[in-house]
Amino acid sequence: MSPLRVALVDYGAGNLVSIGQALTVVGAEVALIGDGRDLAGAEALVVPGVGAAAPAMARLHERGLVEPIRRWIVDGRPYLGICLGLQLLFSASEEDGAATFGVLPGRTVELADAPTLPHIGWNQVIRRREHPLFAGIGAAADFYFVHSYAGRPDPEAASAVLADTVHGGSFVSAIARGPLLGVQFHPERSGPDGLRLIANFVAFARDLARAAA
Amino acid sequence: MLRRRVIPCLDVNGGRVVKGTRFVDLTDEGDPPQLAARYAAEGADEIVFLDIGAAPEGRGTLLEIVERTARRAFIPLTVGGGVRSVEEMRDVLRAGADKVSLNTAAVADPDLIARCAARFGRQAVVVAIDARRVGVTDDDPGQAELEIRDAAWEVLVRGGRDVTGLDAVAWAERAVALGAGELLVTSIDRDGTQAGFDTALLRAISSRVRVPVIASGGAAGPADFVAAIVEGGADAVLAASIFHRRIHSIADVKAAMAAAGLPIRLVPASVP
Repeated sequence: MSPLRVALVDYGAGNLVSIGQALTVVGAEVALIGDGRDLAGAEALVVPGVGAAAPAMARLHERGLVEPIRRWIVDGRPYLGICLGLQLLFSASEEDGAATFGVLPGRTVELADAPTLPHIGWNQVIRRREHPLFAGIGAAADFYFVHSYAGRPDPEAASAVLADTVHGGSFVSAIARGPLLGVQFHPERSGPDGLRLIANFVAFARDLARAAA
Repeated sequence: MLRRRVIPCLDVNGGRVVKGTRFVDLTDEGDPPQLAARYAAEGADEIVFLDIGAAPEGRGTLLEIVERTARRAFIPLTVGGGVRSVEEMRDVLRAGADKVSLNTAAVADPDLIARCAARFGRQAVVVAIDARRVGVTDDDPGQAELEIRDAAWEVLVRGGRDVTGLDAVAWAERAVALGAGELLVTSIDRDGTQAGFDTALLRAISSRVRVPVIASGGAAGPADFVAAIVEGGADAVLAASIFHRRIHSIADVKAAMAAAGLPIRLVPASVP
């Protein structure tokens, strides 16, 4: 079976070495994409990123990536958003008022009642339901977080929530709606369980992409 | 619940991991990527990688080592040493760092903290503070009884070579106000001495900021790590020589933390 062709969005926000290496280690073929035309030929899309939404959206606009990514999602193709790449799926961010992709009803808000902020370190990802993304991973396994904000889905999107995490209050740490997946933590920095999650995403995306083809 | 982190520190000079006492008398401890991979396998929660020389080997070499280290260890990597601009921070992040630690350059140009936080988010900006007690020496017999308000620490820069006159607690608060997302607090008095962390320094700072504080300098045994968290209010504990020389394992430290009721991450056994 040929390797899954994963497009990894490069918009100048942070560390791409780790996620690129993790995808490669689990057997995917990774292409860094810097503009919308590069999406042709990809079978899955991974949007990483740290930091604030407004500068990230500005860079995605500059590179002509916003509409191609939105179209990718609307077309129901496999997507994994990591950290900021999850937050961007909601309609807006309270951090700086940025308008984001708006494909999931909800907003990105600051963590409520957090004893320390930013929330940095390993914390439990407590699953609400089973999903292939977490196959072989404990129901409350530790993953690495580094963020101050998180997506808060509107009630009509509650069924997309896959897992929650507690730091002061509880926040949504993973979502899944069909082929649209997002995690607030960094699987590429989360040791063996993180690599397993990335391997699970690659298997999930391959099944979807090749069933559609 | 958020776990308390155990962080091995790789002090890198000339492309090798080194360790000194009070920042001098350096000895060779090994290859950075190899040590990072070993620590990731042994349960380290993060790696801190500090270029402690004046980068005489050149920025390119450092970036190459950062990238090789990032590719070997699937745990977070914080890199510090010699970063003086937003562009240099970008390069270090692109090489595979998750966070960048600013020290000397932030003291010289505090607005650098704000510029880096605006570009990359404050969660990526660590400010490292090297602090030394003033007024009393570390050997003062009455020191343990000192009230925190009577103790003071000054900030040193350039690897502990230059005095700044800055009060460490006031600088910590200012750095956080400017955009630091985490503080790496090193006691120069204790660094490499195995006399235990300076818990009064840690408490003085952690009680005044909301960001996580990483304790550094002086770890000898597992009980010291527990004290840094329980007495010092630290969120994470960092050490170098006791791990490099296998005096204590990361598992020993975590076992002591768990026994003290602190939340820790147990390490899954194997990589898929």
